[in-house]
Amino acid sequence: MTESPASTEELQDLYRELILDHARSPRRFGRLENATHTADGINPLCGDKLKLYLQVDADRRIQDLSFEGSGCAISVASASLLTDTVVGLPVDEAEAFFDVITRRLTEGRVTDVEGIDIDKLKALDGVREFPARVKCATLAWHALHSALNRQSQPATTE
Amino acid sequence: MSQPQPRTASSVADCRADFPILEQCISGAPLVYLDSAASAQQPAAVIDAVARYQREDHANVHRGVHTLSHRATEAYEGARDKLRDFINAASRREIVFTSGTTESINLVAQSYCRPRIGAGDKILITHLEHHANIVPWQILCEQTGAELLVAPIDDAGQVELDALLAMMTDDVFILAISHVSNALGTISPIADIIATAKERGIPVLVDGAQGVPHLAIDVRALDCDFYAFSGHKMFGPTGTGVLYGRESLLDAMPPYQGGGDMILEVSFEATVYNELPYKFEAGTPNISGCVGLGAAVDYLQSVGMQRIADYEHELHDYMVAELKAIDGIRLIGQATEKASVQSFLLDDIHSHDLGTILDHQGVAIRTGHHCAMPVMQHFGISGTARASLALYNNEDDVNRLTEAVLKAKQVFA
Ligand SMILES: Cc1ncc(COP(=O)(O)O)c(C=O)c1O
Repeated sequence: MTESPASTEELQDLYRELILDHARSPRRFGRLENATHTADGINPLCGDKLKLYLQVDADRRIQDLSFEGSGCAISVASASLLTDTVVGLPVDEAEAFFDVITRRLTEGRVTDVEGIDIDKLKALDGVREFPARVKCATLAWHALHSALNRQSQPATTE
Repeated sequence: MSQPQPRTASSVADCRADFPILEQCISGAPLVYLDSAASAQQPAAVIDAVARYQREDHANVHRGVHTLSHRATEAYEGARDKLRDFINAASRREIVFTSGTTESINLVAQSYCRPRIGAGDKILITHLEHHANIVPWQILCEQTGAELLVAPIDDAGQVELDALLAMMTDDVFILAISHVSNALGTISPIADIIATAKERGIPVLVDGAQGVPHLAIDVRALDCDFYAFSGHKMFGPTGTGVLYGRESLLDAMPPYQGGGDMILEVSFEATVYNELPYKFEAGTPNISGCVGLGAAVDYLQSVGMQRIADYEHELHDYMVAELKAIDGIRLIGQATEKASVQSFLLDDIHSHDLGTILDHQGVAIRTGHHCAMPVMQHFGISGTARASLALYNNEDDVNRLTEAVLKAKQVFA
């Protein structure tokens, strides 16, 4: 009644099938034994909290990773997609993803970087219409960045 | 200032028209504001009073001989008289203007408690408290070696009275308890609790942030020692608030902050502090804000606190019934005595997602832990969606809420 069809579309764009699927059955969820790097991500606004575990080998490649924690559909789906994206990648390439994704979501800047295929991550694009939720989508990526840079403070989205 | 017209019995619902901010659309739908427990909206009477003061009367208070300074002082002190009347304090000396509940509680912790308390003393609070009634006491404990005791709550979200009474022992220095829980809406039976505390010689601070907007407050009938509240929860400006303190206690307390206005005479050898309540109001206060707060009191009194309470009670019952009827809803906080606040969860949808979906239909609710993380921990959850009602809400708003919640179910289906 009071609601225009456009608003429903935006909602459906935010909560796409792929997002809901990853939120309901997050990939690589749980604790990773033998982690070489970990980082906590905290979004103080909504209480999203996650911990990222990385196993980086001698060649600076992300052999394996996982995450645990609790959060909204967007932050959990984003973390799950992150693990799908960077598993097996060299650290530098994972960092390049961090850069491209955070810029894409926070600044709306769509940059093509050679060798970076963000096709699947485009599922997160819906948050751009929801400024209050961008931080949920970038939380796991900030945690990744901070784990790889061995920052001891928890990553926050602030 | 012109006195507000008394309203007729049927007209609480008409109050909505007094709040200009409500006349707007969010995401293409008329705004439904259900977040008054976080901050209430201001009626035109408050907005206009502040604007009028700024346009016509502003100067610093208590210090000039010129006309504007005199007018500003009258306006500021006039607001104090209104607040005294609003909570039925015995004297205007007992009304200390602060920046809000948070500052009021910190003032009591640091000025009343800190000089008198030490290792072995206990500070008693409850599991229902807002962080503003937890953290100042933790800081005090760190400073003094005192110990913080927390009375438990039950699964309806009520303080367990027997346990609380049993914890009120000789070594309890102060009891600090909220009148109404912001997260769950529980109204605690503070009159009875205070009566027992009196018998045992324990001073009581009431966190009244959520009490003043919903209930008629009479600090003398309650017989509490301190009552803390915020202007912005009672339709006044942000950055205003009150600490009510029993005069004999305030009198014996050292100042909280030093500066101008709180002194009578300063030399480098000695300073003579000003009388009550100015001793606790160092520096230039939030004059325009307090003028607005005074106007909020006029507004509330013109509608009538009892009438507001009755109206909200009925609307709250309607909201609870409507929410309950939704498949997959879990109500958090089902106390027997409640203000018009309801926390809930829907299926396994995170409260933040619910908040976004509702906002997208023009319905503003609060989501998350509501600055009451221990309450969330009690229920084993990270947060809730919370709808809080004020005098400007109506059944249409509740219907829009339930429609929006059903929509969320659809999105997540
Ligand atoms: C019960 C309760 N106590 C204290 C506070 C803190 O009030 P303020 O932030 O206005 O100082 C609030 C506000 O959220 C509250 O609801």
